[in-house]
Amino acid sequence: MLVLAGIGVIVAGFLLRFNPLLVVAVSALVTGLAAGIDLLAILAAFGKAFNANRFVSAIYIVLPVIGLLERHGLQERARGVIAALRGATVGRLLIGYLVFRQITSALGLTSIAGPAQSVRPLVAPMAEAAAERQGVAPGGDAIPALAAATDNIGLFFGEDIFIAIGSILLMKGVLESYGIVIQPLHLSLWAIPTAIAALLIHGGRLWWLDRRLARGA
Amino acid sequence: MIGTNFIYTVAGLMFAGFAWLSATDRSNTKRFGNAGFYALLAVSFVFGDRIGDIGNGVLVLGLVAIAGTGAMGRGTRGTTGAVERQAEAATRGNRLFLPAVVIPATALLGTLAFKAIPALVDPKQITLVALTCGVLLALAIGYAWFRPRAATPFAEGLRLMDGVGWAAVLPQMLASLGAVFALAGVGQVVGGIAGAAIPEGSLIGAVLVYALGMAAFTMVMGNAFAAFPVMFAAVAMPLLIGRHHGDPAVIAAIGMLAGFCGTLMTPMAANFNLVPAALLDLKDKGAVIRAQVPTALPLLAVNIALLYWLGFR
Repeated sequence: MLVLAGIGVIVAGFLLRFNPLLVVAVSALVTGLAAGIDLLAILAAFGKAFNANRFVSAIYIVLPVIGLLERHGLQERARGVIAALRGATVGRLLIGYLVFRQITSALGLTSIAGPAQSVRPLVAPMAEAAAERQGVAPGGDAIPALAAATDNIGLFFGEDIFIAIGSILLMKGVLESYGIVIQPLHLSLWAIPTAIAALLIHGGRLWWLDRRLARGA
Repeated sequence: MIGTNFIYTVAGLMFAGFAWLSATDRSNTKRFGNAGFYALLAVSFVFGDRIGDIGNGVLVLGLVAIAGTGAMGRGTRGTTGAVERQAEAATRGNRLFLPAVVIPATALLGTLAFKAIPALVDPKQITLVALTCGVLLALAIGYAWFRPRAATPFAEGLRLMDGVGWAAVLPQMLASLGAVFALAGVGQVVGGIAGAAIPEGSLIGAVLVYALGMAAFTMVMGNAFAAFPVMFAAVAMPLLIGRHHGDPAVIAAIGMLAGFCGTLMTPMAANFNLVPAALLDLKDKGAVIRAQVPTALPLLAVNIALLYWLGFR
């Protein structure tokens, strides 16, 4: 039971708004000590995992290209395209992006889009331009946050349909450790009902947003 | 063979560039905090495999010390203003999208091409290698077309990076915390509690504890991958499959997706929820989570229903 103290540290640290890096480090220390692991071994385990997970932070290599394009007006151009498109609404735009993200993720193309690659330079400014035409005041958090949320939801509930994605391989491995042999395709097929539900629920919210904006305007 | 070394060298050189540009940004009062942080990341990417586990641990302590003491600020290097950008967007037109599209297009074509020549590229890293190639190609197009100074793309990238700040390594830190949790046996303890919470013989109770446990433990760990083996061992294997004879494929697949609903609702999944908020310059860092909860909760309910109906046909 003592090892759960680290979870307490995380919750308390986030609530008290300490720097999250500090909170995570302290949580690792508390958890390790509670389990009777010595200090140097905790440091080594943490360092080893940090090094093994560098790929998580590798995506920042797109920033110089995105920054350079922004300097030369990419976001303004993205807004301009939407402003010129009659019938473009924030709901329709994000539903289209949701479908695109789910399908490409289901084909294994998870890293062709994302917060740095597509949401910041393209999808968020487009969504804002459309929403402003529907009467949303510019500069708020809600529309860009919804664009980022749509990106996550499309990714999460599309990628599991692809047979070679990490989570499918993990499930296959865990099942095999219990002597249950299942083909990856079989696991990925059962991700389809939830993918459809995600499209209906999130798409429905986006459609509803359009209706609400139309009534308010 | 081309693999992580190639990707990490590119990333390391970029962070070294960020460190240099930060250190020479004289009007930023916190310039050495930023420079130190990015320099440590550059070392991690380029030399991470050579400095040993303890060395990497000490490197992390350095990152934590810089971030935890509030030593990082935002750079002050200038960029173009709204009026200039508007004018340039009008003259350059839709060709501006081209370099941005080159990155995913190269990632896609490269993924297909590298699969055909498996000796050249590490099969596990194909997509990331292809993406890196796309970035380099787009950068080359940017240099040729806009003719910026050599440092300009890095200064612009640094502007975005400073917006993310220390949060940039939070996902990697949380993944490492997961490793320590695993070492300490946190999962077994949580799994034991979850298993004990189920009323004897109740199928719906077991389904609920499994799905809600996946979501809740994912929220704590920030990652459904860490929650899955624990909840599978504690609830799915002994009860749902062992006693109630459920279909293992359905129970595994939909259980994982119940966990993904948890990922949408937690600051611990920093790369999906906090980093985008920082990248988009949102005032409220919880805005992305708030936008996701109304989708995540009904979807979790759907997953529970699907588990119950499809898992036990």
